Amino acid sequence: MTRQRLGAAVGVAIVFVLAFVPKLGFGLGALLPGALSSPGTLQLLAVCLVFGGVALSYDLLFGFTGLLSFGHALYFAVGVYVSDIAVTRWGWSFATACLMTAAVGLVVPAVIGWISLRTSGIAFAMVTLAFAQAGQILVQKNPRGWTGGDDGLGYDYQHVPAAFVGVFNTKNLYWLALGYAVVVFLVVAWAVRSSPGHVWQAIRENERRVEVLGIPTRRYKLLAFVLGSLLATAGGVVYMLCVNGANPSITTPDFTLMLLVMVVLGGTGTLWGPVIGGALYWFADQRLIAVGGSHAVQSLPGVLRTPLSQPLFVLGVLFILVVFFLPGGIAGLGARGRAGRRGLRRLEAAFRSSPGLGGEGA
Amino acid sequence: MSTFLLLTITGLGLGAMYFLVASGLSLIYGLMGVLNFAHGAFLTVGAYGTWFVESKLGGIGSVTLRFLLSALVGLVVGGVFAALVELVLIRPLYLRHIEQVLVTVGLSLATVALVQGIWGNDARLYAVPGWLHRTTHVGGAAIPNDRWIDIAAAVLVLAGLKAFLRYTRYGLIIRAGVENRAMVTALGIDVRKAFTLVFAIGGLAAALAGVLSGIYFSEVDPGRGTSLLIFAFIVVVIGGLGSITGSAVASVVVGLAQQYVNYYSSGVGDLSVVLLLALVLLARPATLAGRTA
Repeated sequence: MTRQRLGAAVGVAIVFVLAFVPKLGFGLGALLPGALSSPGTLQLLAVCLVFGGVALSYDLLFGFTGLLSFGHALYFAVGVYVSDIAVTRWGWSFATACLMTAAVGLVVPAVIGWISLRTSGIAFAMVTLAFAQAGQILVQKNPRGWTGGDDGLGYDYQHVPAAFVGVFNTKNLYWLALGYAVVVFLVVAWAVRSSPGHVWQAIRENERRVEVLGIPTRRYKLLAFVLGSLLATAGGVVYMLCVNGANPSITTPDFTLMLLVMVVLGGTGTLWGPVIGGALYWFADQRLIAVGGSHAVQSLPGVLRTPLSQPLFVLGVLFILVVFFLPGGIAGLGARGRAGRRGLRRLEAAFRSSPGLGGEGA
Repeated sequence: MSTFLLLTITGLGLGAMYFLVASGLSLIYGLMGVLNFAHGAFLTVGAYGTWFVESKLGGIGSVTLRFLLSALVGLVVGGVFAALVELVLIRPLYLRHIEQVLVTVGLSLATVALVQGIWGNDARLYAVPGWLHRTTHVGGAAIPNDRWIDIAAAVLVLAGLKAFLRYTRYGLIIRAGVENRAMVTALGIDVRKAFTLVFAIGGLAAALAGVLSGIYFSEVDPGRGTSLLIFAFIVVVIGGLGSITGSAVASVVVGLAQQYVNYYSSGVGDLSVVLLLALVLLARPATLAGRTA
């Protein structure tokens, strides 16, 4: 109990410090594009916080329930595109647009989850990926010119609250993103300790056994799926505000894989891990582009220069190394005892006991 | 009628490529329980290997000879790459399915990024025998000749795989392994050799799909592997995980559906395939348990 209280106190302190970042006039050398209070840095940090929250929403499915979804990007994209289209193409007020986005963000995962959860394990991964692909195709097809296709869709600033528009208001976006990350953290922390939360973790450990107890596992998995997706949708709205609109890159399969990498990097099945993993990943991805273009890397021989200037190559290799040598992710580093370091390995049961899946001879 | 015929042959050609990717995926999954996300990378490696060799062979022999030689190198590179991936990355994580999937995810991200880094995002072309770019008139329809090659390649691979699984000792071990891996191991047979073998076979088939896709889409680009892989996933799920015949039937259905719907309803063929998948899942979830090779 005292450990928990200590954790909560540290958490509050960290959020408190983070809330003061827009007031800090100094920089951190080459680590950041400018001073902490500069709009460039604040925007980067805001997106980092959004991805921290979205990664945690994905961990709710993957780390806590054992559902390997390859389609989480779709629900994030729903948040980005529906809110953007509502304010920009339909000229709705921001509040109405948010309501509409929430409605779509509930119905879409409910329907897709209901269909996809007829499968489990690896097949579930493939099916969710296929649905996410449908989302990407839809965005590219650009029906009625709504999504803007490959060009993306910049938002109409007249229908977005003035407090979030313009370079001088970047600090408000930062606080909004911080608020989003905190809300996701609190919701997920509460959800995994609630009674359905215990069922989710039991499903992860041994689904068949939960079924034998007479608990309708599919309904509980659907609940986790919809809750995780809705949180990602909310993140999409915040992201849309942070980057002034929508871009199709967030609908690609690579984006879902990126969320997966964030969670594993941070620590599967933990609360802090994915938030740190998500924020760090995005930070590294953005800053590696700068490092890759820097003089130090450009003066290296080609054999080294080419891979190092590709952030996805560096992160992909890093990811493989983490899976091999650090299955508990960043969160597993500080954890005491074996349980904390198990991380990914804790999920193994979810993939071995699922009905209709290979590996039963193990 | 001639349009219908053209759509049918083109759909079969597309389905043939899906099958080449899906057969390896399905075989690997059936035997090892591994969802190989890096399968698209095998395709990319094969296609770029072919392009690279072809671009270096300037002036040697005829176009046909150069193409055949470079395609052969591309296939070998794809197969060897796949076998190495199994040996170095998959084998140490034996039976840890989730970690194996994640490693293949990382590998696919890194490979595509590396290819982009070395050769850029632009589409690449390679010279192929002129015959492949001409058309043959069948029943009033002008069919591009490369479609026949795609279909023939898929049929040969299907027949070859079936024969291999049925009549050779390794085929027997693979079939038995798909059925019950623990029992095969208990009988003192080293199943792990079969693992490397199915990866190599899968890599070869995927590389072949890569070479053919370079002709079909008349270009090679870094993203092709992933986009074909997603349709191959759909094919594998519809056809039943682990079933080669199921994959063959499903790839024909998916390829044809995509072409017909694309033509008759202004380009929503790709979406119709996902819809088809949803319908199959709603109607027959039992197929997913199918595990016969």
